[in-house]
Amino acid sequence: MIALLARDLRLAVRAGGGFGLGLAFFLLVAVLVPLGVGPQTELLSRIAPGILWVGALLACLLSLDRIFALDFEDGTLDLLATSPVPMEGAVAIKALAHWLVTGLPLVLVAPVLAVLLNLAPAGYGWLLAALFLGTPALSVIGAFGAALVVGVKRGGLLLSLLVLPLYMPVLIFGAEVVKRGAQGLAVGTPLALLAGITAGAWALLPFAAAAAIRVNLR
Amino acid sequence: MSIWEYANPKRFMQLSGAVLPWVAGAAGICLVAGLVWGFFLTPDADRFGSTVKIIYLHVPAAMMAISAWAMMLVASLIWLIRRHHVSALSARAAAPVGLAFTVIGLVTGAIWGQPMWGTWWEWDPRLTNFLILALFYLGYIALWEAVEDPDTAADLTAVLAIVGSVFAFLSRYAVLFWNQGLHQGASLSLDAKENVSDVYWLPLLVCIAGFVLLFVTLVLMRTRTEIRARRLAALLARERVA
Repeated sequence: MIALLARDLRLAVRAGGGFGLGLAFFLLVAVLVPLGVGPQTELLSRIAPGILWVGALLACLLSLDRIFALDFEDGTLDLLATSPVPMEGAVAIKALAHWLVTGLPLVLVAPVLAVLLNLAPAGYGWLLAALFLGTPALSVIGAFGAALVVGVKRGGLLLSLLVLPLYMPVLIFGAEVVKRGAQGLAVGTPLALLAGITAGAWALLPFAAAAAIRVNLR
Repeated sequence: MSIWEYANPKRFMQLSGAVLPWVAGAAGICLVAGLVWGFFLTPDADRFGSTVKIIYLHVPAAMMAISAWAMMLVASLIWLIRRHHVSALSARAAAPVGLAFTVIGLVTGAIWGQPMWGTWWEWDPRLTNFLILALFYLGYIALWEAVEDPDTAADLTAVLAIVGSVFAFLSRYAVLFWNQGLHQGASLSLDAKENVSDVYWLPLLVCIAGFVLLFVTLVLMRTRTEIRARRLAALLARERVA
């Protein structure tokens, strides 16, 4: 499983494209929104939590179809299915690799972009915490969506349509944490709920995704 | 004699063919009676005027939008566990009907909301949830259409229906957390103190019965169509081989 993780990471970094794409998209959103809505700082700081979360979510969405599509086309997925590693484990590892190459960089770069959007100083720690706890859920939910459409040619649009409603709770709780944190309110409840969704999604969705992949390989 | 006998497509076609005209007729009678009674024979409400009458479309459609998803969930589970094709096809047949009810709920709500709340759309928990529900229906239907092999499509959509139900439930509470609403609370529950008065309640019940029967009619018709399409495909395949 560690070999699989290392392979996925190496592929993501060396094959180009996917690795920087999400990050560049996130940067673009954070730069374009102030240009679009105007430079009033108090307005920007009010919408900053939402913009950052929506940007992170869309950046994550951008690279989802890469999780399984290439491996499905060249037959790697068939080999994985016959290997001693259970499919559930392989799915979880691939989702983890996706998070390490897209989610984690987004988390790390978010505070810098928050400066551009004039987030209130109290919000930075909570922004990091919320993204750190929430983006893994985005990756594993996305892996489930990618597993559903892996057999469909050019399933990108379908994938976004399937995954977007599933992202709703994560987005709501994540943005709520940052918003409350920036205003200096208590953030315990949404943060706990966000962590709960992430933990639940990682515990259960690999099984659903593995079932979908087995169906697609049949 | 058990209900599973009707999982056999032939038995299902016999039974549904026999039942269909009666259900359809009952749906027509209930809908016409309920809507005429509701629209023309009830007084205007004090605060809402005649706009209150949209309740006869709005409430039953919204109830059936959620019930249709529940029915799809049960049918998907039956397909996954017992592999009855009729079950998978009925889930597929119910999805567009459920989507139509969701859209009717949203549109009638907007038409009512414009004079009453002064806005067509409000990011109220119930409205938001219905929008999300419509997205779930769209994704479900799109997945059915996109996957070519019918059994694969049935399996994948069944998994999606199960995961989607969990997330729809989560969204419901997430949205409540996110915004307190403008929408009035339940006005039909059996234990609530503030129910609508009997003048509106009785025609509304008839309308709800009509919408349930309409849903059953449409799903039966669409399932029969799906079974016939499947038979036709099998015949064509056999002809190609021969």
